[in-house]
Amino acid sequence: MTAPPLAARRKPPRKTLARIVYHAVMLTVSAIFLLPFYWMVISAFKNNAEIFARPMLWFPDPIRWENVADLFTRPDFPFLQQFLNSCFYAGMVAVGTCLSCSLAAYSFGCLRWRGRNFVFGLTICALLIPPIVTFLPVFLGWSKLGLKDSYWPLIAPYFLGDAFYIFMLRQFFLGVPRELMDAARLDGASEFRIWWQIVLPQVKSALVIVGLFAFVYTWHEFFTPLIYLQNREDFPLSVGLFTFRSQRAAEWSMAMMGATFTALPLLVLFLFTQRFFRQGLATKGF
Amino acid sequence: MADRGETVAGATPPRRRRKAGRAEARAGVLFALPWIIALVVFTLVPLILTFVIAQTKFQIIGLPTWVGLANYEAMLKDPAVWTSARNSALYAVLSVPIKLVLALILALLLNRVTRLAGFYRTVFYLPFLMPAVSGAIVFMLLLSPTGGPVNLILGALGFDAPDWLRDPSVALWTLVLLSLWPLGVETLVFLGGLQNIPRDVQEAAELDSPKAWHRLVWITLPLITPMILFNLVIGIISSFQVFVQAIVIGGTTGTPAESTLMYMVVLYRAAFRYFNIGYAAAMATVLFVVVLLLTLLVFRTARSWVYYEGESR
Repeated sequence: MTAPPLAARRKPPRKTLARIVYHAVMLTVSAIFLLPFYWMVISAFKNNAEIFARPMLWFPDPIRWENVADLFTRPDFPFLQQFLNSCFYAGMVAVGTCLSCSLAAYSFGCLRWRGRNFVFGLTICALLIPPIVTFLPVFLGWSKLGLKDSYWPLIAPYFLGDAFYIFMLRQFFLGVPRELMDAARLDGASEFRIWWQIVLPQVKSALVIVGLFAFVYTWHEFFTPLIYLQNREDFPLSVGLFTFRSQRAAEWSMAMMGATFTALPLLVLFLFTQRFFRQGLATKGF
Repeated sequence: MADRGETVAGATPPRRRRKAGRAEARAGVLFALPWIIALVVFTLVPLILTFVIAQTKFQIIGLPTWVGLANYEAMLKDPAVWTSARNSALYAVLSVPIKLVLALILALLLNRVTRLAGFYRTVFYLPFLMPAVSGAIVFMLLLSPTGGPVNLILGALGFDAPDWLRDPSVALWTLVLLSLWPLGVETLVFLGGLQNIPRDVQEAAELDSPKAWHRLVWITLPLITPMILFNLVIGIISSFQVFVQAIVIGGTTGTPAESTLMYMVVLYRAAFRYFNIGYAAAMATVLFVVVLLLTLLVFRTARSWVYYEGESR
């Protein structure tokens, strides 16, 4: 049983088999995960009859491109307006979160002051409180101010801070070397300047991560806009799509087209910024 | 802790240094001030107010009247509360462990160097990006007995295809299934933990016990218990608050036959359909206590099964 040297250098057949099995399993699992996306998109380009046709159509035939135009021009579904609302809502929250949370995270991560650990402890506790527990009084407060039916209650709080992102950003701020700040202090730089010119550039990618996560989560946000907003023209996409579906339950292809375009901006954003998402996840797991 | 020791115990620091320390402390409070305000205005005060409102009859219009514990008594007699609490608990008990086990298996599978690793990671992560409303609507079509491919595939594989959306004994599973779809997030958190296991630990383990199974149980799993804890806490807390998926699939009545009626849906109904704010506040208080107890329980028991690297006890 003396194998020629060439064959010896090749991988043993058992290993090759194991690899094939491995990839077969993983590709099957991947297909299962992708199936909902695939079904959403192909159904968006069918009409209702074709969606429920037997035998099942695994590819739309014909491809109904007019469904796209339909989605953006329907009088009973101001999709474009709602799309812009979502962009505004998620964009503003992302900006507000980056600003406010980098202030607080800098304070918790880099500055020493009495009561800091106590306040940070409270922040961790706030993280664990279900949002609904504080929701009702806040809702009543905004109603009293007459700002209920606006984006103020949805956006303004993020300009003050958010426990989750402060926690996340602090992890990054802890990594900024203290010598850097002390040196700037000796040079007479103000604390604000140190934050803005010395520390923030050090955690740039962390800010991008926080901005991206804030954008995605706000795009997903459903409960808060559902409660606060009244008019169809003011809804973000999540609530708009939900309302459309509850009024037009039979129009599956339009619902699928709406679902596709609701998810699409996030998928595109993700494909261009993947490495930030991966980094963000790494900090999420402590 | 170390820094506090420095400022307190640092014997007679130079005046300049102390001054700098005071400036730093002032800046610290100033920088944290917006968040401290938010913490008070949007968390602490509302939290207390919720407990107070829970003891009143309050219909938004008009003034609240004090009713003591009447709302809690009414809750005990409300069949919708019991049904939804049971559904939510069942949902949490099913979805959290299944999700964690599957995510762990996937993470173990992903934890090897192949050319397709990046592709798999991306695929598993994508569902997380899907807004819950879109996801739920897509699943309704996917699982539809007349238009969906799932039952077709199940039938072809020789399984009995259930009526996912209209059979009350199955509908909750539809929600569980929907919750499993974005398990890529948990998977990647686990994967991060697996990849943080130091090389030398792994090599030592490979020398120590040649059986992969042993290494998994005695080396790998203990090392990623912090991630398991993290995912468990987050999973339990969030699964008790499931709302979007439930209201898309079951509406506000939890069709079919209240089988998808979740606690949050009943709370929403009480507050924003019947404008019974006092009652909703009582429900929120109960949710708060349950989530708090569960979190404490997990952290309590965690001491005996979570391993933190470099800890000394």
